[in-house]
Amino acid sequence: MEQDINIKITDRDGVTHEVLAPTDMAMNLMEVVRSYELAPEGTIGICGGMAMCASCQCYVLSDTELPEMQDDEEAMLSEAFYVKDNSRLGCQIQMTPEMEGLEVELAPES
Amino acid sequence: MIKTDILIIGAGPTGLFTVFEAGLLKLKCHLIDALPQAGGQCSEIYPKKPIYDIPAYPEILAGDLTHKLLEQCKQFEPGFTLGERAETIDKQKDGTFIVTTSKGTKHHAPVVAIAGGLGSFEPRKPLIDNLVEYEDKGVEYIIKEPEFYRNKKVVIAGGGDSALDWSIFLSDVASEVTLIHRRNEFRGHLDSVEKVQELKNDGKINLITPAEVIGVEGNGKIEAITVKQDAKTFTKQCDHFIPLFGLSPKLGPIADWGLEIEKNAIKVNNALDYQTNIPGIYAIGDVNTYPGKLKLILCGFHEATLMCQSAYQIINPSKKYVLKYTTVSGVDGFDGTRKEAPKAVVKKIE
Repeated sequence: MEQDINIKITDRDGVTHEVLAPTDMAMNLMEVVRSYELAPEGTIGICGGMAMCASCQCYVLSDTELPEMQDDEEAMLSEAFYVKDNSRLGCQIQMTPEMEGLEVELAPES
Repeated sequence: MIKTDILIIGAGPTGLFTVFEAGLLKLKCHLIDALPQAGGQCSEIYPKKPIYDIPAYPEILAGDLTHKLLEQCKQFEPGFTLGERAETIDKQKDGTFIVTTSKGTKHHAPVVAIAGGLGSFEPRKPLIDNLVEYEDKGVEYIIKEPEFYRNKKVVIAGGGDSALDWSIFLSDVASEVTLIHRRNEFRGHLDSVEKVQELKNDGKINLITPAEVIGVEGNGKIEAITVKQDAKTFTKQCDHFIPLFGLSPKLGPIADWGLEIEKNAIKVNNALDYQTNIPGIYAIGDVNTYPGKLKLILCGFHEATLMCQSAYQIINPSKKYVLKYTTVSGVDGFDGTRKEAPKAVVKKIE
């Protein structure tokens, strides 16, 4: 599908998966991780994607341009653990064609 | 010993609706929940968020949905054991079950319905090396009894509503309240943020931001915490340290009940009645899994309804029953109330 983009997701066991993410299904990065079952159910996307739990925290490894962080994401990350400078909440990153080549690593479960 | 017909583990939307459906079949329910209030995720994580896929509600706040479900099942007088986690289950010789909670409360029922969502909510603990050593020795993750903190020096860490609300409340109880957060901005109700600002201005709350607690020390009991603010690190004396970083659900002890688990959820027979591999134990709502499972509140309602019909057969093996419609039969509450459709007016036209 021409709307699909290639992204790399490193799971919590350190295994990197190259996956195709659709950009026409209003999917965010957390949902892509769930759809490929790259993290056990119940350990990611607990709040459903409202930036209220940080279970989908990931580290952005590529220099892909991403949507700017909104207040709620910033606030949630300020209460999360294992936070680094490149931390983002997967649920707040909607997949777009411009994100071709995105590389992320899932933060540890907390 | 608390006795009931259906013991429901989890007082979220699915558990609450089970009370109603069971009530129509004259079965009494009792609910156990680790949280101190009913509503599950709806009340704990997102009470002020709208839900758009509850049939007949174009939009309803999660907190309002909880209130309406409580109102709907009230006439069936459910019992509640709140703030206690279901720990163990023991099958009796007669096929009934005894479920014991974290506080030792025992419940006896012929049918158990697990409606536990993603599991029981456990506090998220900050990554401080020796924190565990001081748990219940001055480090608490949940405030159970505010009086416990009277005339004590309390440090609260966190930036959400519970950190704000408890700082406000304890400023009248404790001898000193310090609130520490990684940012200057707080994520909470505007009223609470403004109140903390006011109490800070009046010198009643000691606010340290942006800062982080990175260590705890003491001698058998907590005596001080280490705070990192910008480049400097300092020690602060305290009697209690209360990290409030929210709760995260864990399947917990239910995982050890001998139930078949797949993908962190309990496998059930969805072709029939949502019973687990142990007869008499059902799993409904987000906690279960089967081919094609969707974790939606509305699916939980459906599962609860079917499950109650099956539970009825276990509890009344020889009794005949046929589905009734509430519009036709009305609803007879256990509290003596009766709801029924008004009779049609029959009048002659001259």
